[in-house]
Amino acid sequence: MMQHHLILRVVVKILAPAIILFGLYVQFHGDYSPGGGFQAGVIIAAAFIIYGIVFGLKQAQQVLPGWVVHKLIALGVLIYAGTGIYSMMAGYTFLDYDGLSPAYPTGGQHNGILLVEFGVGVTVTGAMVTIYYAFAGRPPRISDEEW
Amino acid sequence: MAVEPAIEVTQIALTLKEQLPILQIVVPFVAAPLIVFFGSRSLTWPITFAASAISLWISVALLLQVADGGFISYQIGGWAPPLGIEYRVDAANAYLLVLISAISTVILPYARKSVASEVARRHHTLFYACYLLCFTGLMGVVITGDAFNIFVFVEISSLSTYALIAAGAGRDKRALTAAYDYLIMGTIGATFFVIGIGFLYMATGTLNLADIAERIAEHGGNRTIHAAFAFIIVGMGLKAAIYPMHLWLPAAYTYAPSAVSAFLAATATKAAIYVILRFVFSVFQPDFAFQSLALEFILMPLAVLAMFAASFIAVFQSDLKRMLAYSSVAQIGYMVLGITLLTQTGVTATIVHLFNHGITKAALFMGAGALALRAGSSFYDRIQGMGRTMPLTSAAIVIAGLSLIGVPGTAGFISKFVLVEAALDKGWWLVALLVVFSSLLAVVYVWRVFETLYLNAPAAGTIRQEAPLSMLIPLWIMALATIYFGFDTQLTLGAARTAAEGLLAGTTGMLK
Repeated sequence: MMQHHLILRVVVKILAPAIILFGLYVQFHGDYSPGGGFQAGVIIAAAFIIYGIVFGLKQAQQVLPGWVVHKLIALGVLIYAGTGIYSMMAGYTFLDYDGLSPAYPTGGQHNGILLVEFGVGVTVTGAMVTIYYAFAGRPPRISDEEW
Repeated sequence: MAVEPAIEVTQIALTLKEQLPILQIVVPFVAAPLIVFFGSRSLTWPITFAASAISLWISVALLLQVADGGFISYQIGGWAPPLGIEYRVDAANAYLLVLISAISTVILPYARKSVASEVARRHHTLFYACYLLCFTGLMGVVITGDAFNIFVFVEISSLSTYALIAAGAGRDKRALTAAYDYLIMGTIGATFFVIGIGFLYMATGTLNLADIAERIAEHGGNRTIHAAFAFIIVGMGLKAAIYPMHLWLPAAYTYAPSAVSAFLAATATKAAIYVILRFVFSVFQPDFAFQSLALEFILMPLAVLAMFAASFIAVFQSDLKRMLAYSSVAQIGYMVLGITLLTQTGVTATIVHLFNHGITKAALFMGAGALALRAGSSFYDRIQGMGRTMPLTSAAIVIAGLSLIGVPGTAGFISKFVLVEAALDKGWWLVALLVVFSSLLAVVYVWRVFETLYLNAPAAGTIRQEAPLSMLIPLWIMALATIYFGFDTQLTLGAARTAAEGLLAGTTGMLK
């Protein structure tokens, strides 16, 4: 195991949780301040990517295995579409957030936007980490015989 | 903080019937992440098939609602158009929705064995997820009434198509370069399209198709709108593989897994042709001198050129799938020709050919895939003599081939007949003659397939066995459909006429 870059490794260990926390802040405070699902997803993914860059792909995948990341991508889309389907079940049109709480449409809209943004965040995290895994885990170039 | 007073609920709950337009998209769209989320190989195919079959049922229900010439509007998120995104179903796109979902539902049972033999097992869940996304994208392109939404769905279907084509790499590594070529060309096409939408937005300040049409009708055309027209036609022309923008198509169809080739050949270019139809006739006014000149003097010669050049290239191919791909380029020429006639009969010919060519090409590509399953590839020297070892598959290919030529009694004849009729109505008798002559080239390349299959001795080392039933039945459903729709034109031609009427009504057809 690689033991140099001591400062980098210590800094990343301290930074990674802070980055994830900041990502969650951007995620759930997105309705009051700049931010939202996409930005939050990228920030959270950045925490895993920086961990992977410093500690190696193998260790990063022990924290967040490839198959979990795949499920995350799908889960986010399901959260988003599920919100829409819930509003349909309530008798409203697809993604009409009023349907989430017909008695208090404003509250429904607030919750609805938080839910779909959370879905976006989950999918973006998954997609970003998948792209990193795919690049970092690429097998060596194809040998001439394989063509 | 005071609690907000409860607002009285005035909204009447929507029924399932009213939710159908969005369910058309949501059902396959949700099925795709579900497949990945479950990650179970045994559940993958049943979920895919169920989503496709439910889509087919919904699209038929929608077509029945609009068959008399009305339209259904669905407001997503409760935002009223033109501000919100609107799904708008009328006869023209309901017809396309039925075509795409029906082809998909017939191809999926076929795909099961075919994909199992051509794509690595560990990729199956992702493969079917991509397939569903591609399906969703194509349906979305057709159903939406919002210009930018069309672009989004075009991207959804294109991105998943690139992955689907690349999935052919297990059999032939050239699938990767084919997918990459398509990625570059498809991205350029989508970029041109979105630039065109940008110009339209600049000129009209709206993205809703009906609203754009209304404003263009009110204020007339200008340079910006002309530029938008040009960009949209070129962008969608690339997606539809209008000659000479077809260069991505032959390789993509040749190296993609057979089920994907069959699905794409029958649906993907058709959705792009539909978008062109929608823009030319509903959004822009074809009677504007600029548009009609562009269509008559640029697209019409290109369409005729496609009919001859692509057919001619098809004659000299030595791979069945590649030959079929070039033949597709030629057939797209017929569809574009119908558009450039700018008459109701011409548009009817285009729409009916969308359908007839769709089922014909699906049957042919499915046949090619069945041959490839036993022969290892679809090269002529590998599949020669298969008429004796795989009689049922070969017979279906010959029937569909006859429809490709346009022999009376097959679906292909109906669409070519209407096209010739439209050209004669317009007084373009030379064009009508060229349509007939170009069909002679189709006779040559279909004859070559017949000769290869029946008149040559079988190649050594091929498995002498008929294709499995799960592939034969869908193949024969398609092959018999080409004959059925050659005799019963009520369904196809009737619906195409209503659709053409709706499209040609222009803005009046789009307005409430």
